[in-house]
Amino acid sequence: MEKYLSEFAVGQSGVVKKIAADGKIKRRLFDMGVTPNVEILLRKVAPLGDPIEVTLRGYELSLRKSEAQTILMEVGND
Amino acid sequence: MIKFALAGNPNSGKTTLFNTLTGSTAHVGNWPGVTVDKREGTYKKLSEKVQIVDLPGIYSLSPYTPEEVVTRNFILDEKPECVINIVDATNLERNLYLTTQILEIDVPVIVALNMIDAVKANGDKINIKELSNRLGVPIVEISALKKQGTDELMKVAYGVAKCGRNSTTVLQESIVGPIIDKVNEALPNDLESKLFHAIKLIEGDELEVAAHPEANKIAVELKAKIGDEFEGDYEAVIADRRYDYISKHFTPTVVRAKKQGMTKSDKIDKVMTHRVWAIPLFLVIMFAVFHFVFSEDLLFLNAIFGLEIKSEGAINFFTGMGYEGEALGGIPSLGVFLQSWVGFVFDYLGALLGRVLPDGTWYASLIIDGLIGGVGAVASFIPQILLLFLFISILEDSGYMARVAFIMDRAFRKIGLSGKAFIPMLMGFGCSVPAMMAARTLQNEQERDRTIRLSICFSCGAKAPIWAMLAGVAVLGGILGDLFVFGIYLLGIVIAIVSALIMKLFSKSNEIPPFIMELPAYHAPQFKNLMAHLWEKFKHYVYKAATIIAASTVVLWFLSNFSWAFWTGMVDIEESILADVGRGLQYIFYPLGWAIGEDGWKYSVATITGLIAKEDVVATCAVFGLTEGTIGLSVAGIFAFAAYNLFTLPCMAAVATAKGESTKKGFWITVAWWFASSYIISMVIYWMIALYEVAIWAGLLVTFVLVALIITAGMVVWLRIKKHSSDKE
Repeated sequence: MEKYLSEFAVGQSGVVKKIAADGKIKRRLFDMGVTPNVEILLRKVAPLGDPIEVTLRGYELSLRKSEAQTILMEVGND
Repeated sequence: MIKFALAGNPNSGKTTLFNTLTGSTAHVGNWPGVTVDKREGTYKKLSEKVQIVDLPGIYSLSPYTPEEVVTRNFILDEKPECVINIVDATNLERNLYLTTQILEIDVPVIVALNMIDAVKANGDKINIKELSNRLGVPIVEISALKKQGTDELMKVAYGVAKCGRNSTTVLQESIVGPIIDKVNEALPNDLESKLFHAIKLIEGDELEVAAHPEANKIAVELKAKIGDEFEGDYEAVIADRRYDYISKHFTPTVVRAKKQGMTKSDKIDKVMTHRVWAIPLFLVIMFAVFHFVFSEDLLFLNAIFGLEIKSEGAINFFTGMGYEGEALGGIPSLGVFLQSWVGFVFDYLGALLGRVLPDGTWYASLIIDGLIGGVGAVASFIPQILLLFLFISILEDSGYMARVAFIMDRAFRKIGLSGKAFIPMLMGFGCSVPAMMAARTLQNEQERDRTIRLSICFSCGAKAPIWAMLAGVAVLGGILGDLFVFGIYLLGIVIAIVSALIMKLFSKSNEIPPFIMELPAYHAPQFKNLMAHLWEKFKHYVYKAATIIAASTVVLWFLSNFSWAFWTGMVDIEESILADVGRGLQYIFYPLGWAIGEDGWKYSVATITGLIAKEDVVATCAVFGLTEGTIGLSVAGIFAFAAYNLFTLPCMAAVATAKGESTKKGFWITVAWWFASSYIISMVIYWMIALYEVAIWAGLLVTFVLVALIITAGMVVWLRIKKHSSDKE
């Protein structure tokens, strides 16, 4: 099943399919290791509902929902 | 002398390594992006002196942030003899991404594998020999913090520097390999690091495309010929292939121990960023910090249990030497205690000099009233500022401040700032100077300027005596005095929010930088690191007190002790140059209400002397004989006078800091903003309250009109912001 990273529930994980952000933001995501086929786990949502914290490649990354909205993920059916 | 550069990801320990190698005390924090510019030092333990250059932390050599450009240009143009690539062993995959890019430059490279002790503590193992073989460069395990392996690192680096190295790329076997070869051939032969330029051209890097238009044509043609799953986005292809190569060839050299559930850092984080408790917890932590630094009644022992210090005895001992002590209330916090102690030292020094220097001479007055009085007033706040910094450093070092930005980002985005702006603003309650310096961690220039501009709205420690003085004036009296001080702090916060909204509305670009930020693991702060940081700050303040503050107090002393005919000798303050200036200023301040009347010029002068140090407002009033009992201002005047002092130019130390930390244009807007906003706010407050005092109905009418105006303005702002954000989408 495909859905955006911004729609994930806490504790849910998936694999990146496609990144639709543009310019600087996309480049920054790539540089931080958010590339196709990498596994991302949604760890936490900030108290005010945004930004979010994810785990990937063994470290913690925070990003805003608006940025997570551009990351299309493949989620297992469990 | 040969030159080594330190390059690596933010927060990978570069600055700690730099400090270890060069014996320097540069500021380190557990917060990505502490090093903004490059820094230089010398390593002396080899046969030849080595210049060490600490470059800003970066994730990539793309040209998107100033830090990336600085690092890239340094390695390409300055040609260091060796690049020491510091890699965080606990986060190998992402750190090696930058390494793959550095390897594409024709420069000797050595990898310093830092925090290897943390990896071992987790039970993980890294096959260093294998990883070194696969990377094609030597690796030395180090712990920058514990100074382990750093001399070994320098020895190996020295050997590497003598050998030279040809660039290599992990992309050779990938889909872009053949294109890289062809573009490489098309580049002029005398160009250095051709491989690096070729790859950046294929990525469509703006700087490279402009520099090599011919080779770019070939790159574009070749790219068009090959299809791929990224629809021709070669930046994506290349980033993807790099990570792909890293996870296939480099990651397998790490043998991970079985996961033992949550780490300590995870457990701490679970509490600190809890959905419900995070914000209350943050408020409690910050309150505790301010309480221990600024409270005159520690843990409210006096207020609750009536526990007091009877200080008379102790201070009477000194009164014989001319020191009149104040009776202390409760047990003071460490900050207040140290402050009164330093204050005492300066008073004592003044008293001592008073006995030595002949009474009534100009130089006695200059040294005692001018220099000792003025510098002492400022110096007495140094302990509190250092203590505040100590607490803030602990929070920063431990990794908590990065979480604060995470927690507050949403609220701040609504007013056109990002969560990172919160820390500088909060520090403004302590002192505007460190607050403005903390704005340095903000990446966006516009946001930095705005944060500096607004930091003064958060009433600083030096402004507190003004509120205390005004709260004691009879017309407010009793319980109202408390409410007044509380109201002033609240007014500051409200005005800061409204100001941020206005700036957001009137600015053409409101780009809020992305919040794609690494959240570092928590770790215990390092005592040595904290002390080094404090020592740096201490030197800074002492330097400032000895230069700008000392000079300004001399000028103020001159102006308040001499008339225009200064050669005739010292005069009473009423006839001084300052008094004349004050009477002139009084006209400017008439519309603000508090300058009307006989004493008006005195208040006018006080606002000016407040520019030297905000405590000077109280000191100046006292010199003019205006104290709690004698201040004749109306309620409207008190509020308006307070508001003016809160929002006008801060002290000179803060203005100088603002100038150093802002952009040139931003600084002048800031100064204009401070003048205009304080004038307008003070005037509005005065006339609103004054009309209430004349007749309730008139006040109500004015309030009604103002509220209506504010609501209308608010709606306009809201609509425009909505339009702004929908425009962007």
